[in-house]
Amino acid sequence: MNAPLETSSLYDCRDAFVATLEDLAAANESIVAVCNDSVGSSKLAGFREKFPERLINVGIAEQNMVGVAAGLANAGKIPFVCAASPFLTGRALEQIKADIAYSETNVKLVGISSGMAYGELGATHHSIEDFAWIRALPNVPVIAPADRIETASVIKWAAEHQGGCFLRLSRVGVPDLLPENHVFELGCANILRDGSDVTIIANGTLTYRAMMAAAILDKQGISARVINMASVRPIDTQAIVEAAQATGAIITCEEHTIFGGLGSAVAEVVVDESPVPMKRLGVPGIFAPTGSANFLIEEFGMSPSGIADSATKLIMRKK
Amino acid sequence: MNSHDLRLMANKIRRRDVQAVFEAGAGHIGGEMSVIDLLTALYFDIMSVNPDNPNDPKRDRLVLSKGHTALALYIVLSEKGFIAKDEISTFLKPHSRLNGHPNRTKVPGVETNTGPLGHGLPIAVGMAKAAQMNDEPWRTFVITGDGEMQEGSNWEAIMAASQFKLDNLTLIIDHNRLQQGARLVDTNDVAPLRPKLEAFGWAVEEINGHNMDEICSVLAADKVVKGKPKCIVAHTNKGQGISFMSDDVAWHHKVPNEQQYKQAMAELEEASQ
Ligand SMILES: Cc1ncc(C[n+]2csc(CCOP(=O)(O)OP(=O)(O)O)c2C)c(N)n1
Ligand SMILES: [Mg+2]
Repeated sequence: MNAPLETSSLYDCRDAFVATLEDLAAANESIVAVCNDSVGSSKLAGFREKFPERLINVGIAEQNMVGVAAGLANAGKIPFVCAASPFLTGRALEQIKADIAYSETNVKLVGISSGMAYGELGATHHSIEDFAWIRALPNVPVIAPADRIETASVIKWAAEHQGGCFLRLSRVGVPDLLPENHVFELGCANILRDGSDVTIIANGTLTYRAMMAAAILDKQGISARVINMASVRPIDTQAIVEAAQATGAIITCEEHTIFGGLGSAVAEVVVDESPVPMKRLGVPGIFAPTGSANFLIEEFGMSPSGIADSATKLIMRKK
Repeated sequence: MNSHDLRLMANKIRRRDVQAVFEAGAGHIGGEMSVIDLLTALYFDIMSVNPDNPNDPKRDRLVLSKGHTALALYIVLSEKGFIAKDEISTFLKPHSRLNGHPNRTKVPGVETNTGPLGHGLPIAVGMAKAAQMNDEPWRTFVITGDGEMQEGSNWEAIMAASQFKLDNLTLIIDHNRLQQGARLVDTNDVAPLRPKLEAFGWAVEEINGHNMDEICSVLAADKVVKGKPKCIVAHTNKGQGISFMSDDVAWHHKVPNEQQYKQAMAELEEASQ
């Protein structure tokens, strides 16, 4: 806890994803990858080389892709569906609902380049609704790892887990945050930094920015707790209630619309269990303008200093 | 425009496109080179559109369903006068209207926001159906990629168009045989396209999608087949006009380096002589 944050090296979590998937596939013949002309963008070229028969590329056909994965799972395969998150979750949403969630199928949905990773390509290619869409469905855990260590651990967990899940990955570089031996547990948050004045809850590409914001706040004499909430559903209710009680204010940060995502999930718990002032940072319910992911994240007030500013304002609302 | 001038215009658009991709450091250059002759013929010979009145209810409609080649459309629209030519240099820059996929709420002349493949044809069917219901003479054109034809939504729309007898609708398939990561034949081969479309009740023509005379002639209004939607299978090359890009899947969205940029521009310049 409170280890210094090293941000000079940033890593694309897709690399940890495919390295782990290839290792798991070598040990377990049932693991297959399913994709939609997305071998390159999902970094599956190595998997294809090692297991050519186990890469199922259906072409540009996402509804078919998810349906095919459900059928493969029915026959005992463990499909990892790898596709750009906006098309995987948006186009095939009803397949995800009926064929995976409702049918309780053992399909792992891997949303690649989620959030605003495709920045300049525009809002069609942003996946800032996927937490909300998938979180509304029973039986499909929603998980957004914060670094390459957590990504690798989440992929191992998914391969073991009996049932569907949605793993939300980015391509935008993030530093190492979690300890090398970290083991992901569904529904368990990680307190990355303890604090008593305010809590910052984040996941995915925002967790390290939350850590940097806490360092800024520290210089101002404000003690911020930072919680990495990879598991959005199920969510760690206890960690949220404890944070509300110990710090009296919670700010959430996500590369997602503030309608229905991590902030909403946290607010649901806070309202039910332990009401305290909150601020939800994210995309404020608009289609983002042109710009890179990092530019847009700053634009929407989620640079480290932006988060710190919101935190100081929030603290003033504490009774 | 005569076909000589159309060829010069297409060449100019290609050069501006390559320059913009080079300067922005992103774009879908292969598919842009592949579709530019078709777009040029549509906007400078076939379609009736008015930059001073972009929403004229009687205008012909073009839906660029393969929205990843938005840059080519932006340049065509700038040459046609819908947007300023110097705006092209803002492509992909923060807050620019010109992001990687076209947005009708920002850019005049764009009919619909494409980007997710498989959306344009159903929308074009709706447009053509409205013109038919209102007994209006304007035509609807839609350009899809050939990889894009793997999306099931297209085949739902293909059935609807033929059921509705939409002879005011023209689907142009940019048949360059390549998709994002590989050749169609190695992924999910939708070819041959003609018998599939014919089986669904469409009138089908195959052309060289880089031959201006063939493009203009096949798209002319007098070629409409009464009661049948029309599909043009345009045989094209991804990266057309640039030797080292042509027919190479690597150039789906690769960006030329300085030396490649110079060579590409030199080749295009020579072709314009
Ligand atoms: C629904 C959807 N799935 C995947 C993509 C990613 N993608 C962008 S372009 C492309 C390949 C398109 O190939 P094709 O239609 O043949 O176009 P062209 O060769 O003309 O570039 C893919 C898979 C997308 N934009 N939309
Ligand atoms: Mg193609």
